[in-house]
Amino acid sequence: MATVMARGLRKTFRVADKQPGLAGTLRHLVHRRWRSVQAVREVSFSIEAGEVVGFLGPNGAGKTTTLKLLSGLIHPSGGELAVAGHRPFRRERAFLESITLVMGQKQQLIWDLPPLDSLRVNAAVYGIPEREARRRIAELAEMLELGEELTRPVRKLSLGQRMKAELMAALLHRPQMLFLDEPTLGLDINAQARVRQFLADYNRRTGATVLLTSHYMADITALCPRVLLIHEGRLFHDGALAELSERLAPWRQVRLELARPLSAAQLAPYGEIEALEGCEVRLAIPRERLTATITRLLAQLPVLDLEVSDPPIEELIGRLFRQGSLEPAPR
Amino acid sequence: MSFLPPLRVARTLWTVQFAYMAEYRAEIALWALSGVLPFIMFGLWSAAAADGSAAAHGSVAGGGGPLLGLSAAEFARYFVCAFVARQFSVVWVVWQFEEDALEGRLSPYLLQPLHPLWRYVAAHLAEQATRLPFALVIASGFFLLQPQAFAWPAPGRLLLGVLSVGLAFAIHFLLQSLIATLCFWSERASALERLFYVPYVFLSGLVAPLQAFPPELQRLSLHTPFPYLIGFPAQVLAGMPMGGEAPFSLAGGLAAMVLWLLLLVPALLLLWRAGVRRYSAMGA
Repeated sequence: MATVMARGLRKTFRVADKQPGLAGTLRHLVHRRWRSVQAVREVSFSIEAGEVVGFLGPNGAGKTTTLKLLSGLIHPSGGELAVAGHRPFRRERAFLESITLVMGQKQQLIWDLPPLDSLRVNAAVYGIPEREARRRIAELAEMLELGEELTRPVRKLSLGQRMKAELMAALLHRPQMLFLDEPTLGLDINAQARVRQFLADYNRRTGATVLLTSHYMADITALCPRVLLIHEGRLFHDGALAELSERLAPWRQVRLELARPLSAAQLAPYGEIEALEGCEVRLAIPRERLTATITRLLAQLPVLDLEVSDPPIEELIGRLFRQGSLEPAPR
Repeated sequence: MSFLPPLRVARTLWTVQFAYMAEYRAEIALWALSGVLPFIMFGLWSAAAADGSAAAHGSVAGGGGPLLGLSAAEFARYFVCAFVARQFSVVWVVWQFEEDALEGRLSPYLLQPLHPLWRYVAAHLAEQATRLPFALVIASGFFLLQPQAFAWPAPGRLLLGVLSVGLAFAIHFLLQSLIATLCFWSERASALERLFYVPYVFLSGLVAPLQAFPPELQRLSLHTPFPYLIGFPAQVLAGMPMGGEAPFSLAGGLAAMVLWLLLLVPALLLLWRAGVRRYSAMGA
């Protein structure tokens, strides 16, 4: 049974528009103009317990708003939503005890005190017995490689240490549903890798469902067998990352090393030229013509070496977002 | 979400907030020092009495005594008690809440099984504990300068005085929380708090005991929460006469405070519920 069920989910915000300058300011004072921003438009999906799902999309796509809706932080403007058998925005105790939301660097840790103090508060708030809380803190500290940092004021910790302590605070009550908004934002490569590893371990150990947004494709590729691609509040893709790659790029990249340079005109009949530099060529060739085209390339051109690859997913998604025109996924 | 926190939560929140406030003890000492307005007002009133205008004020209050119908010692004692009442009923939740809402810190609080306002209650109580020694030092300094003002209240009065200061804090906290809750609608709800500033300063008893005001204004003000924020607890603590000609009666004052609480708690919960529906988690 699905642990998350969203059907026709919508969220509209009303925002005031203000033109710059004195005239704009005066107009804004006298006659305020409002406009509706549809942050989430008719989004439908369901997620099974224990899944790790990545939300992809450019800034302002509606990813974070969707996470806020799922966690019950904000009320939907329409549609149906059930998470772990609850309507999130009612924020019933049983629901709140089963979820957590980590919003990047937005800390629930008390800035001037050591993380242990914030952890004590969380243990009390969630009704975790003190001995059990100590056990969980030790376990999480080991998984996240935190030690004496827990007794140092939060303001003295590095970004990575803070993020790990933030995760500890967010997971102390052993939530079964994790909503993570950019959990590795701003961290260096090593810290990113450790946080990713921790999340994978946590999912494996506890069977928790994990929904995360990230700008780092490495997070998504390492953690999420399934991705939801959201753009302008609409769901564009729901499925495996590989399927997304196929859908976004119905072609493959063929790198050629030639014995002598050829002109673009000579190469154009074989595929779209992505790069041409001396004897190095990169062509984009439709998947259905790949075999036939490679046969022709080898037969007709002075090819020294040939390599076929999928275009990098980062590049595809980046291109997609720059183009800005998407067709929503069929539902 | 449960509204009342269990004892362990309350204890932990308070101890952690106390540790936090202790980090800011120097700032809190300065805040305590900045609350000496009642002493300044005492000086002004005393000077006015000395140059002979006191009689006029006294007649306004209808007391006919040396000053507003109060002896010099009672008068001084009132202001030191007003200082104490204010020290332990100061509320700043609207500014903290607004900052938390704007910076996204409110979001994790809203997703925990504890009403977020309890965190602010704990922070205020911890701050009061931190400011206690500073307030005592300042009050002791006043008694050194005005030894005639010193008198131990009767134990019953002391107990009721402490209770009324606690109730005053609760009313003030609820009032300001109502304004803070408007943050769900407006990003700068704290500006609205300024609307309360003038009635608070004049009617709360900070600048003068309620006796100093015309009888009509006294009667009118008793229908607002302001005289109960400082004036009433200060008069209870100071052992001033209650009932009869006095503006407050002991039972009436305490009953009024309880009534305000009974009115403000459901009002706050209703406004909160409506506000949370509008919450857009900006900055988060």
